[in-house]
Amino acid sequence: MAQAAIELIGINKSFGAVRANRDINLEIARGTIHGIVGENGAGKSTLMSILYGFYQADSGEIRVGGQPASIKSPNDAIALGIGMVHQHFMLVDNFTVLENVILGAESDALLKKSIAKARSELERLEREYGLEVDPDAIIEELPVGLQQRVEILKALYRGAEILILDEPTGVLTPAEADHLFRILRQLKEQGKTIVLITHKLREIMAITDTVSVMRQGTMVATRETTKTTVGELAELMVGRRVLLRVEKGEAEAVGVKLAVRNLTVKDSRGVTMVDNVSFDVRAGEIVGIAGVAGNGQSEMLEAISGIRRAVSGSVMLDGKPIDLTGAADPGELRDRGLAHVPEDRHHVGLVLAFEENENSILGYHDDPRYVKGPFLDIDAIRDDARDKISKYDIRPADCRLKTANFSGGNQQKIVLAREMEQDPGVLIVGQPTRGVDVGAIEFIHKRLIAMRDQGKAVLVVSVELDEIRSLSDRILVMFAGRIVGERGPEATEGELGLLMAGVEHREAAE
Amino acid sequence: MSTPYAKLPAWADYGLIPVINLAVAFLVAGFVVLLVGENPFRAAVVLVEGAFGRGQGIAFTLFYATTFIFSGLSVAVAAHCGLFNIGGEGQGYIAGLGIGIVCLAFDSVLPWWLTFPLAIVAAAAMGALWALIPAYLQARRGSHIVITTIMFNFIAASVMVYALVGFLKPPISMAPQTRTFLEGAQLPKLNWVIELFGAKIRSAPFNVSFLLALAMAFLVWVLIWRTRLGYEMRTYGHSSKAARYAGISETRIIIVAMMISGALAGMMALNPTMGDQHNVALEFVSGAGFVGIAVALMGRLHPVGIVLAAILFGMLYQGGAELAFEMPAISRDMIVIIQGLVILFAGALEHMFRPYVQALFASLSPRSVGIEAIKGKGA
Repeated sequence: MAQAAIELIGINKSFGAVRANRDINLEIARGTIHGIVGENGAGKSTLMSILYGFYQADSGEIRVGGQPASIKSPNDAIALGIGMVHQHFMLVDNFTVLENVILGAESDALLKKSIAKARSELERLEREYGLEVDPDAIIEELPVGLQQRVEILKALYRGAEILILDEPTGVLTPAEADHLFRILRQLKEQGKTIVLITHKLREIMAITDTVSVMRQGTMVATRETTKTTVGELAELMVGRRVLLRVEKGEAEAVGVKLAVRNLTVKDSRGVTMVDNVSFDVRAGEIVGIAGVAGNGQSEMLEAISGIRRAVSGSVMLDGKPIDLTGAADPGELRDRGLAHVPEDRHHVGLVLAFEENENSILGYHDDPRYVKGPFLDIDAIRDDARDKISKYDIRPADCRLKTANFSGGNQQKIVLAREMEQDPGVLIVGQPTRGVDVGAIEFIHKRLIAMRDQGKAVLVVSVELDEIRSLSDRILVMFAGRIVGERGPEATEGELGLLMAGVEHREAAE
Repeated sequence: MSTPYAKLPAWADYGLIPVINLAVAFLVAGFVVLLVGENPFRAAVVLVEGAFGRGQGIAFTLFYATTFIFSGLSVAVAAHCGLFNIGGEGQGYIAGLGIGIVCLAFDSVLPWWLTFPLAIVAAAAMGALWALIPAYLQARRGSHIVITTIMFNFIAASVMVYALVGFLKPPISMAPQTRTFLEGAQLPKLNWVIELFGAKIRSAPFNVSFLLALAMAFLVWVLIWRTRLGYEMRTYGHSSKAARYAGISETRIIIVAMMISGALAGMMALNPTMGDQHNVALEFVSGAGFVGIAVALMGRLHPVGIVLAAILFGMLYQGGAELAFEMPAISRDMIVIIQGLVILFAGALEHMFRPYVQALFASLSPRSVGIEAIKGKGA
């Protein structure tokens, strides 16, 4: 085995009473791709933040290339040859690729020289690693896959020998992800060391040499990738056996419950995000919308639920039409039996500053069960919240706790409990398990299937292809604002991936 | 990278931290006093004694506090809806127009307890109307409420000058103010309440509008935390997207919240006019609307905190006046400096000492301090 690029020895980090990292030992061999997996809150991000200088460890030692290193800021990390590609890109949207690459690494008061230097350097990197990007393109005009490449270039330009990637494939199509993996392999061949943080076990299996599993702040295992399985890793992550695929019976779909007709939505700049989309969801079935993030799914959900005004289109709920172009009101749709679990629970589905019980009535705060005249019926609200907490196993079981203090999975359960317990005819769910840990994913999937089995119409939008395939009775694929294909749940990933990438669906139809 | 925030027990959050902030403000103020060559300890004693030492002082402190409670509540109601109403000054000033008209019309025919409710309605209505226009512009046209409410302060000032040198002024008078109200528009004093405790009061303007202020504080608490409207306001205040999702009309909630805020600001005009001067004069609000911002911030937007903070500022006004009288080196401007320091440390730098207090608590008893779940950046 090659010499270690990074050694972490006995790393501890606490935030107040919470020990985010305990006695972490980790050795990452030079010239390998090392995966780190774990649930949300397992301490992966904290550990990488320590390595990149955002946090300082309370105790423990970091060695880079065998030498003890003191990393007090990202600048120290960069000087030691450590680069990081963040999950949310740190790029200036209206700058060119070149300008972004030199940002913070300019060598002169005037930019001309730095830019010239960067240009030749970029050409070299392009040749060596196949990282092709037009250096003069404006960032916001580039697709996400290329933006990510710019992030990688930024790190390499600063002389990174060790590259940390935090959830790099979250925003990519399967094809783009494949391309990224090719680049990573190439980097590895050139002797770079890559640390990949992810919660997607398939990616770990596909690309890493070694994988470490974290759980509740500790490093529970390190395995050679070839000698482990997805099942074992999942079990190590959660600490118990997990069902990776929910079991469900055949759908017994009956009449059309929700019909979307000729829906067109434009964003604030006037760009068409949803382009004349029509589809049906029948009672007793789950329809999944697959697609790469940003292909109009979010806008479509917002329009159907009345949050965003549509340019044209309507929904039929139980055969009664509601126009979505006028003053469509989320409250009205809700009254008509359409419940909505929004994609963004932090800003839309919940008010994080509220107590749990206050969030459990959001949108239903005019319901006679919760009010007495103009006043809120606090007792009824809290009783109701306690009821939902026990029914959905929301932890901690405290309806007076501030919502921000719940974990992602429990926050999502708060929203689901609120929407499902209204007994709606139609349930639309955006990203049901985004930022939710594995244990809660299982619970949420079971609940969604239970809704289906009660004869509700369920519409699920998710960028997780696995989730769509495991939940849906029918899969609609969205690309560039249109529905480009419909498949059954047995469709292969490759087939869906091609549709999601917009590869001529007409060819596939022929 | 967010620093994880420790959660403090309520008494530390609402008690200890404001006290620390206040102590630091006074400490810095002490140095300023030292700089002008006076003894800061004696100055502190004069200030506190002037405000609370005698019945007279207490009555004046509470008189000033009355106005600040109204203006603090006004800022708080808007702030709970995510709106920064910086126009309390103008809303209070223009309310003087309503009060003037009601009082001049009825003071000779009605007893005070009939004029007062009419004047409350008139003041609240004028304040609410003055807030309505900026609210409408914000809700419908996106004009920023901070800019428009500030501009409306100036418009209010001009309108009031126009009214006071015009139709509100008695024809024979040269002074830009209404005639003195008759007994039917003079609010009874509450000085006897303080005298019950054995204090002596020569004359002080402490009056029944203080009770109205306390009642409003209670009603604001009910509004914000116990009504559907308050729930909607808080939802919108925290997240306009969540409000949209919940089916709350943005236009309606902005307008309603601003009108309630304006009504409260309008009521602040009752105290100096009907309670004290018994007329409506130029510049009678004299900055109380702006003090309300500091009061609301210091009171953490909670009515109980606002009442306490208003009394503190009442103390600074009253004690400060005594101080300027007792120590000639300390002018009224110095009092403004002290007030400014209080606003700086209690308002603007509210959270300066929080991390230290949190670290202290965490090291003393980690268990007593709940810590927010540490989230991955992507969660």
